[in-house]
Amino acid sequence: MRQLKLLVIALAAMMGMAAPAAAQLRVTVVGEEYVPMRIAVPDFNASGNGAAEIATQLSEVLRNDLASSAVFQLVDKAAFIERDLSFDMAPRYPDWQVAGVTAQALVVGNVIVNPVNNNMTVQFRLYDVYGSVQQFARQYTVATPLNWRRLAHRVADDIFSQLTGDGGYFDSRMVFVSKTPGEDPLRGRLAIMDQDGANAEFLLAGFTSVINPRFSPTDQRILYGAYIPDPKYPGATLLRTYLYDIETGRQEVLAEGPNSLDYSARFSPDGRSIALSRAVGGNSDIYVIELARRTQRRLTNDASIDTSPSFSPDGKMMVFVSDRGLGPQLYIMREDGAQMNCPKGGRETACRITFDSGRFTDPVWSPRGDWIAFSRQGDGKFSIGVIRTDGSGMRILTDGYQDESPTWSPNGRVIAFERTASRGAGPKLWSVDLTGRNVRRMPTPRDATNPTWGPLLKVEAAQQ
Amino acid sequence: MRSFGLALLAGASVLATACASNPPPEPTPPPVVAETPRVAPTPPAPIPTPPQPTGPAAGSKGDFAAKSTDRVYFDYDQYNLDDSDRRSLATQITWLKQFPSTRVEVQGHADERGTRDYNIALGERRAQAVSQYLQQQGIAATRIQTISFGKDKPMDPGHDEAAWARNRNAYSNIIVEAIS
Repeated sequence: MRQLKLLVIALAAMMGMAAPAAAQLRVTVVGEEYVPMRIAVPDFNASGNGAAEIATQLSEVLRNDLASSAVFQLVDKAAFIERDLSFDMAPRYPDWQVAGVTAQALVVGNVIVNPVNNNMTVQFRLYDVYGSVQQFARQYTVATPLNWRRLAHRVADDIFSQLTGDGGYFDSRMVFVSKTPGEDPLRGRLAIMDQDGANAEFLLAGFTSVINPRFSPTDQRILYGAYIPDPKYPGATLLRTYLYDIETGRQEVLAEGPNSLDYSARFSPDGRSIALSRAVGGNSDIYVIELARRTQRRLTNDASIDTSPSFSPDGKMMVFVSDRGLGPQLYIMREDGAQMNCPKGGRETACRITFDSGRFTDPVWSPRGDWIAFSRQGDGKFSIGVIRTDGSGMRILTDGYQDESPTWSPNGRVIAFERTASRGAGPKLWSVDLTGRNVRRMPTPRDATNPTWGPLLKVEAAQQ
Repeated sequence: MRSFGLALLAGASVLATACASNPPPEPTPPPVVAETPRVAPTPPAPIPTPPQPTGPAAGSKGDFAAKSTDRVYFDYDQYNLDDSDRRSLATQITWLKQFPSTRVEVQGHADERGTRDYNIALGERRAQAVSQYLQQQGIAATRIQTISFGKDKPMDPGHDEAAWARNRNAYSNIIVEAIS
């Protein structure tokens, strides 16, 4: 079992005065776009055995997180003037304001490894340079220095939250399907990694033909499909839907054929139910299964393909794909199946929200509730885009040969997706933010499909 | 153990691919040696040479592949059967009626130009289109099962229009043979 919990012995806003709330330094947002804030993150100071090396690495991970968001512009270390920063003294603000540095924010930190019990403490202060004031400070203590990466991500999330007002997303993990180039395309293994690509490893040694993993929005459970040999008829194949708890290693079969085909399962926002696509006798419809009691409800009853359901964050609505119009398009419906007033008029049980010439699939409702991400096929390309939940404001964010399978970061600001860059190329994972300008490759050891972004990891505060 | 099972499957589909990747209609059935009754061997066995390869045993997977068109093809984003598909399926129906103890898995496939979920739905529709037709023509539903592989099990590994056309298909896979 994986070591997952970050044991925080002390978690305290601390030391010195925070800036008055009204004066807080905030990243400027114009429309959907951040005006990148210049931030300086010198290597953290260190004391104790092995602390220096950890401080250097932790600072690097922290800088990479902040830079990857495109919300921040990291000030080049070479430009720094004040190089003897002390954690216990205010910085010389003018040194960070001069031309060539012009840092709006400054982070000063400290890594301490306790020689007696090997506990590690990471503390940092966030300064508003032009306000000449400390805006925020925090300290984490963990039982072992081994978890320094998670602390780097926590600190990055703290800084991101302080300066944007949004939730963070760096201390999170991603599950995907790992593909080995040259192998049978059906083969794919479940894998997990940190959001920044570190600590990649396989899950579930025995399963070799996995599809469509979906992370729980509340904990470390995932849903996935796996093609397995039919135990009754060798040579035949079943597609099973599994529920798997990464923390306990426990898993169970939720659905399997051959009398129905269940696929495309996704959790409800509270993690207690799943929605899935069930094909019986030639017709795919959407069902909701309540996990504790296994009660089932059928939500659509239409002769067309209905698939890829995704809940709104309040659990009351769902977006899904149907070809009841011409080709696949996105529809929204109420979770209780009742009629609703459609954005374009009319009163229906399902309202179409995409109307252009493209083919829309893979919808995912943002955890913030404001956007629905999708894959749009048109003009010989597959792009990732977003649309308002009433069908307005559609924006195409990427322009690839084949971009599909979007998944939202826990704060609803970034979308990871699968990209096949050109005809015959191996699939890789990429990310894009809501501006569409920050398109980045996410490193994976091999080819990768079907990313699914997990929630922020939990911090367990221990009593002292 | 599981991967071994899947490896077998993959091998089987490669075989099927090799048969079916000839231009879809293949109107040259092999000589009908296998259909002659094997029950009454005349006493004088003329030349006792090592067993001669007379083609696949009647009622076997190979026999089905040899005597029927085991794959039907679909247009882009479509899952309806046309006359040519029904002619292909007629050859399957003849065989399935001849060997009523057999069982078939209809596999639905899609080309790679689509997203995974939707292609599973498309593949499922294609497999069901075949399954429903077989049932309409008198094959018991209890002898048929379906599965969709979406775009993840292409018969043609290519990445052009011709490969995509071949990969939009429903393949009938005999999973219980009629051999004693």
